[in-house]
Amino acid sequence: MTVPDAPSPAPVLVTLQLNGEPVSVAVPPHWTLLELLRYRLGLTGTKQGCDKGDCGTCTVRIDGEPQLACLTLAVEVRDRHVETVEGLGVGGEPHPLQEAFARVGAAQCGFCTPGMLMSASAYLDKLTLEDEPVVRREDIAQALAGNLCRCTGYTKILQAVEEVAQVVLDRQRELAESTTEEP
Amino acid sequence: MLRLPPFALHQPTTVAEAVATLKEFAPDVRVISGGTDLLPNMKLAQTKVSHLVSAKFLDELHGITRTDTHVRIGAATSLQTLAEDEDVRELLPALAYAASRIASPQIRQMGTLGGNISLDTRCRYINQSELWREALGGCLKSHGSECHVVPGGQGCVAALSADTVAPLIAYGAVAEMASVLGPRRAPVQELFQQDGTWHVRIAREELLVAIEIPIPAPQTRVAYRKWSVRQSIDFPLVSVAVRLDVADDVLTGGLVVVSALGPRPRVLTLERLAGSAIDESLAEALGQMVHERARPLPNLPYDAEYRRERMVVEVRRAVRVLAGLPERPLPVPR
Repeated sequence: MTVPDAPSPAPVLVTLQLNGEPVSVAVPPHWTLLELLRYRLGLTGTKQGCDKGDCGTCTVRIDGEPQLACLTLAVEVRDRHVETVEGLGVGGEPHPLQEAFARVGAAQCGFCTPGMLMSASAYLDKLTLEDEPVVRREDIAQALAGNLCRCTGYTKILQAVEEVAQVVLDRQRELAESTTEEP
Repeated sequence: MLRLPPFALHQPTTVAEAVATLKEFAPDVRVISGGTDLLPNMKLAQTKVSHLVSAKFLDELHGITRTDTHVRIGAATSLQTLAEDEDVRELLPALAYAASRIASPQIRQMGTLGGNISLDTRCRYINQSELWREALGGCLKSHGSECHVVPGGQGCVAALSADTVAPLIAYGAVAEMASVLGPRRAPVQELFQQDGTWHVRIAREELLVAIEIPIPAPQTRVAYRKWSVRQSIDFPLVSVAVRLDVADDVLTGGLVVVSALGPRPRVLTLERLAGSAIDESLAEALGQMVHERARPLPNLPYDAEYRRERMVVEVRRAVRVLAGLPERPLPVPR
């Protein structure tokens, strides 16, 4: 589908935090965040799928929450923190989720994977020992309910997230125990 | 890939500024809040508009406040916030539940209560690409003159597909609008009219500011039930809310609200059943009542007759939940 020939309103300057770095960029008001990321900033990790909010492959985190870049106007994210799959790993090292996806075979064609990772990382960041002392597949399935995968049947994806969630909770438990042992 | 056509975006920070902008550009203007309905509709050329006014930076439209008598929800409050809010969960559980069942986690983070109320109607002949619609010769909602749902029909019957509307009506919610002429209030029930091309009676010059919901009496019980093919992402194909007003363990009144029929929800009052016990026979009576008086149309995916039977089942289930009865087991296949 091509853009109609109507005159395009003037670009607007937007400043946002992108994967921890400040970014200032001029963007037309009818551009989505997805278009800004992929076609202006060259961050093609965030995938363009249905483009109308059904599939979830364009999921990014805005102020920590998973949201759809295809239905977010770029100029509406001013002054907010946007995190894409490119910002998930640190210092060239893969995020534990990325490592687990690769290890258990949770990616087949891989097109849904960036969105899955962003939804899963939002779920992991909210996982605390107090609210949720056990990892439940049902909760993971709920957290990933907005991300479609047409290859895997979801089993390996759930398994990968579950394994990392277990590690996160075990670490929190060890930390809690070690601090209570202190005199 | 679907791209948005060009438009001007206005980002006011006060309601006064917002309504002045709406007035200036009406009718060629829409309010954008979460954008999860408006933007796909614009991408598919169902909605054509030159100016958008953003609700994102209007602080007055965000947040939930509770008084002794009411809960007030800003129109730009996200559906996720609504679903998780402690006051809403305690006082208006059917509304919190309905919000939690909308679309997907991402869309609940983005979508707002005002946006859900203003959700455009849906129809199997509308929610298609422009090419598909043109190939069919259009319809009453898309530059045609023929309704494919009701042959010979003169009015668009696209379905109201918002999950929150049925529980809001059941709770007796009131909408607050602002415009350059000043504030206006209207019961949510009265916002809807039987015209799928313009089903929400909020003018283009108006801004939906908040929803005010009276805190129900302790004896009042409300339940919401939704049926869709998938547990997530899908719009409702059956959407019912049941409100039972109870005193001394018998019914004194209430409502059954059925949505996802045509453009306007069907609201059935229960006064004539006053005095009934809250039990299985009430579930049967309400099921019978909706079967007679509410009829799904072949406007949404899935067979209309199946949706009609399913609607009856969901009304019965809602009553059973409110009566504290166990869910009936499924029949054993033979």
